Amino acid sequence: MSREIKLQTPLTDADVESLRIGDRVLLSGIIYTARDAAHKRLINLMDAGSPLPFDLKGAVIYYVGPAPAPPGKPIGSAGPTTSYRMDPFAPRLIAAGLKGMIGKGSRSQEVIEAVKRYKAIYFGAIGGAGALIAKSIVSSEIIAYEDLGPEAIRRLEVRNLPLFIINDTFGGDLYQEGMEQYAQAP
Amino acid sequence: MKEIPVSEITATVSRLCIEANIDLGSDVEEAFRRMGETEPSPTGKEVLNLLLENAAIAREERMPICQDTGLAVIFMEIGQDVHFTGGDLEAAIHEGVRQGYKKGYLRKSTCHPFTRKNLGDNTPAIIHTRIVPGDKVHLIVEPKGGGSENMSRVVMLSPSDGIEGIKAYVIQRVKESGPNPCPPIVVGVGIGGTFERAAFLAKKATLRPIGTKNPDPDLEKLESEIFDAVNKLGIGPAGLGGKTTALAVHIEMMPCHIASLPLAVNIQCHAGRHKEAIL
Repeated sequence: MSREIKLQTPLTDADVESLRIGDRVLLSGIIYTARDAAHKRLINLMDAGSPLPFDLKGAVIYYVGPAPAPPGKPIGSAGPTTSYRMDPFAPRLIAAGLKGMIGKGSRSQEVIEAVKRYKAIYFGAIGGAGALIAKSIVSSEIIAYEDLGPEAIRRLEVRNLPLFIINDTFGGDLYQEGMEQYAQAP
Repeated sequence: MKEIPVSEITATVSRLCIEANIDLGSDVEEAFRRMGETEPSPTGKEVLNLLLENAAIAREERMPICQDTGLAVIFMEIGQDVHFTGGDLEAAIHEGVRQGYKKGYLRKSTCHPFTRKNLGDNTPAIIHTRIVPGDKVHLIVEPKGGGSENMSRVVMLSPSDGIEGIKAYVIQRVKESGPNPCPPIVVGVGIGGTFERAAFLAKKATLRPIGTKNPDPDLEKLESEIFDAVNKLGIGPAGLGGKTTALAVHIEMMPCHIASLPLAVNIQCHAGRHKEAIL
């Protein structure tokens, strides 16, 4: 049975433990955007022991490279990009306090393990529904790596961003279980 | 001989880039509705409804359907009696992409392969031209997103693999792609030709309107068999489980070398965007 849950960032261990695969979440608060190029830079900063452009503790990163904001709007279309490209970097960020990731598509075993071990969560946003998702974004501000263009790190304020729980901290995987539930013999 | 100023090409490409990105084809929306009726997963049904809502918002607010407004793939059939005037044709196409992506607030996604530096104007476009009889120019703009393109493959099968080998490969490709390419997808399949021609055929196959039949009865049968098989995989809308994994399977085929059986699978996400014009 799919539940609808309202969540506010930053996320706590208790928030994460309350979530199960298949739950529908309306997420509000501050989240940060980052794609592969930005992740690489974050990891380089961590390697150098330098501070990051935002606090990872309890943070949620949205894998998105939005379209430019048309006049009068905070942002353009802003649906998720495919998450596997962030897999090599995500476990490191999770170990350092990152609680949530928003994207689309399957994660590596290493990410799924980190989600279990450090009490984190992987949310799925609906790929390709960028115009709809943009309606949940209240404000957008570039806070780092402007030279990356659409891949810069943005601080987004979101209100009731519609998400599904794909990987919960108990090892559940909605992509796997959803597929098994509806698969038919060839 | 008909003269067409290249400025007309620039203006048309610019307009088509914008229209393709904000106005989803009625064939795609029709397929969401039709397949939503028989989708057994409540979540899957809901995703299809959200995609319809998304398309409506994009159209109303003139915002791109998806933030990944793609690389601009341009198909151009040029009548051999046409003479382009006033400049460089390819430069005029790139300029059209540059203008359309700026004016339409579309995301610029071209970058240097090594440094990953964004080139800032979504050029160069990917241009496929073909010379045909007549004095018309047929232009198609297909913005192609990266997520579904990344799930696409070209493989050189062995001739003995035959139709069964082709089927098995395409089905496995869709299965391994899972939720990544934004299902429900259109599966473009190119069979035959050479290595690069198979890929071109697969891309061309994604352009065929959903719901139209392949004129070749053998290919129509193969399309239908692959369609049924991939929709039994269980992937469903957005990969959350269900039977609407593919909206269509389209095949283009041509003869190949006696030693080869080239096969390409070009996955198109549910934002099956393309617009065309005839000049």
